[in-house]
Amino acid sequence: MALLQISEPGMSAAPHQHRLAVGIDLGTTNSLVATVRSSMSTVLQDDFGHALLPSVVRYAPDGDVVVGHEAQAQQSCDPVNTIASVKRFMGRGLNDITDKAHIPYRFVDSAPDNSNATKRVLQLQTRAGLKTPIEISAEILKTLKSRAEKSLGGELVGAVITVPAYFDDAQRQATKDAARLAGLNVLRLLNEPTAAAVAYGLDNASEGIFVIYDLGGGTFDVSILRLSKGIFEVLATNGDSALGGDDFDHRIYCWVLDKVRENSENFAPLSEEDTRLLLTKARQAKEWLTDNFDAQIVCKLSTGTLVDVTLTAAQLIEITQHLVTKTLSPTRKAMRDANLTIEDIDGVVLVGGATRMPHIRHAVQDFFKQEPLTNLDPDKVVALGAAIQANILAGNKNDNDLLLLDVTPLSLGLETMGGLVEKVIQRNSTLPIARAQEFTTYKDGQTAMSIHVVQGERELVSDCRSLARFELRGIPPMAAGAARIRVTFTVDADGLLSVSAREQSTGIEAHIEVKPSYGLSEDEITNMLKASFTSAEEDKKARMLAEARVNAGAIISSVSAALAVDGNLISEAERKAIETEIKDLESLTKAEDATAINKAVDTLNHATEAFAAARMNASVSRALSGKNLEDINL
Amino acid sequence: MQNHFELFSLPVLFDIDAKALESNYRKIQSASHPDRFVSASAAEKLASMQLATSANEAYDTLKRPAYRAKYLLELHGIDATAETNTAMPADFLMQQMEWRERLEDAKTAKDISALESLTDELRSDAKTIQTKLIDLFDTSKDLAKATDETRKLIFIDKVSADIHQAIEQLE
Repeated sequence: MALLQISEPGMSAAPHQHRLAVGIDLGTTNSLVATVRSSMSTVLQDDFGHALLPSVVRYAPDGDVVVGHEAQAQQSCDPVNTIASVKRFMGRGLNDITDKAHIPYRFVDSAPDNSNATKRVLQLQTRAGLKTPIEISAEILKTLKSRAEKSLGGELVGAVITVPAYFDDAQRQATKDAARLAGLNVLRLLNEPTAAAVAYGLDNASEGIFVIYDLGGGTFDVSILRLSKGIFEVLATNGDSALGGDDFDHRIYCWVLDKVRENSENFAPLSEEDTRLLLTKARQAKEWLTDNFDAQIVCKLSTGTLVDVTLTAAQLIEITQHLVTKTLSPTRKAMRDANLTIEDIDGVVLVGGATRMPHIRHAVQDFFKQEPLTNLDPDKVVALGAAIQANILAGNKNDNDLLLLDVTPLSLGLETMGGLVEKVIQRNSTLPIARAQEFTTYKDGQTAMSIHVVQGERELVSDCRSLARFELRGIPPMAAGAARIRVTFTVDADGLLSVSAREQSTGIEAHIEVKPSYGLSEDEITNMLKASFTSAEEDKKARMLAEARVNAGAIISSVSAALAVDGNLISEAERKAIETEIKDLESLTKAEDATAINKAVDTLNHATEAFAAARMNASVSRALSGKNLEDINL
Repeated sequence: MQNHFELFSLPVLFDIDAKALESNYRKIQSASHPDRFVSASAAEKLASMQLATSANEAYDTLKRPAYRAKYLLELHGIDATAETNTAMPADFLMQQMEWRERLEDAKTAKDISALESLTDELRSDAKTIQTKLIDLFDTSKDLAKATDETRKLIFIDKVSADIHQAIEQLE
């Protein structure tokens, strides 16, 4: 049977064509994009030779959106409209931001959907209007996307985007939403420490148990992984998604303010410009003190006050020691969860610019009683690892040598009577994972139910992080207590939760509406996407048709190939049914109705579910009965 | 439907070959993990999710002695934690109370090393029970006694988790 070949836009159907995929480190302070070229993972530079893109977005007076070094240079003169460290606000609410007085942005707390008072969408007031952290992050991703496409000379097939391992569901979803707005196809959300482990693991060809200590601009992760025969298995992960280099800057800034206040009368609260100026000076001092004994902090505030103080390396250690100590608690917890002692650790890897600070390195060395590995650039290692995985997921490398088994960092639970949490999925469970729980109705004829899901380790709902409310509708009406509703909670490889519900006696699937506690709803995102399309109705139609045809071609191609290899796994009748669906789909692709094509693709998918399962089982049986070389060489 | 042991091509025994379990788990994940099916059809992705998820659940169950014992009983239609099965031998009940008291005392005294030595004791008792279970499940096939010992093991698991949490909160 001839295979139907349809090219994707910008790519030929040639089987050896390299598919353009990248790894993106969307960092608090700096972002990077990397790719695998000629079997080497490399970070892509901009036209000026910069590898790092400062995660700074400015909404300029002329309507332009400026991202990167240029925006960073303008921070001090336009602090309200120049947003840095937006990652700290992703998936968060206004109440989560505890140091608002020292942050120069204008936060707005609004519930755009007044019918749901529990939802708070954090927004920033800029001259370009209200912006959510998701939209701001999307600007950074757009810049990286065009940098990559320009550098690689083609359209990207997809990207692996890294997130802190300790990011919760809301923070992860926000990252994925930002990617959507930027027009990126997310191949995988990858945990930063795991990405670093991939870069190190492959570079050093190591086997054993490694600790990744990752202190970035705004987040801290510690992950313990076992590397063995190309399988990277996360044993435990812990961290603090609100602890990073920024906090060290902040502490220095406060120290400077105290010094200035000592010496001047009537010290008024700082303007936004001066706040940004001092924070910048604080950061520069911190970086200077990595290699020097003291740093002079000199600047003139807009009030005319002269700041001239000297911070020594010893003083830096003193005023920030509590922050360093703060990183050791999650470290101990992760070790305990993994049931390991420091003797079991074969290597410790430092990731993130903040780990350049000498007192951090000493603390880690003291704790683990070994010198940490630092041979890869701590700023680039995450992007490099992400690019390696992107290369594999895009299908460029048929690599059965590398597999990442990651875990969920936080327990998932349900709210039950009295504001208590019933844990459904334990933290550090290997992904993907699914757990089912049965519920019943409380009133006669009840057709709806609301389930509140939270993340965290505490016993009270109020001490955990609210994830979302899942509203189940369409439950068949029955007597109270008669319905048996099986709710399945699934956390996928991206670490994202999805919920499905089925009434067991009738087999009816409930319709689920997700109301995220800290984030945008599906409707809100699609509206934003629609608003960003500048193309005319005609163009949009043409694009949708082209996409539908590409999807149809892909599935016809893969199912036909599967039938050729494993057709013997299903009955003649089933095979004929599938072939009929393929023929129907083929003829639809020649017509102009995108909706009909997509519907037929769905039908073909359903028709092949049993076949796909049979193939999977066969492939697993082959794997289990296969003999390894090691088994023979005993 | 396969049981967990069949999924990993292992015999239905309490004395499980840990190396084979791990090796087969990796083989299954290698063949079915969602990362292998990123560009595949929706049907293949579904098959992948289902198998990878089942493999994770099965591995988790078989890897941990208390869960494995409970599962073995389930295969025989016995629910070790059912309400009707609450009768425990008197000496074990005494032991339970003693452990719980020591846990509470250590928590109040904020004594991490007391909690750690309690953990060590429990680990040692658990090992003794596991040795008994190998005989009860695999050799003498005495399900009644196996049920009793399994319930003890489940209890030890629970107390160990509580101690773990107490230590965490004290750090």
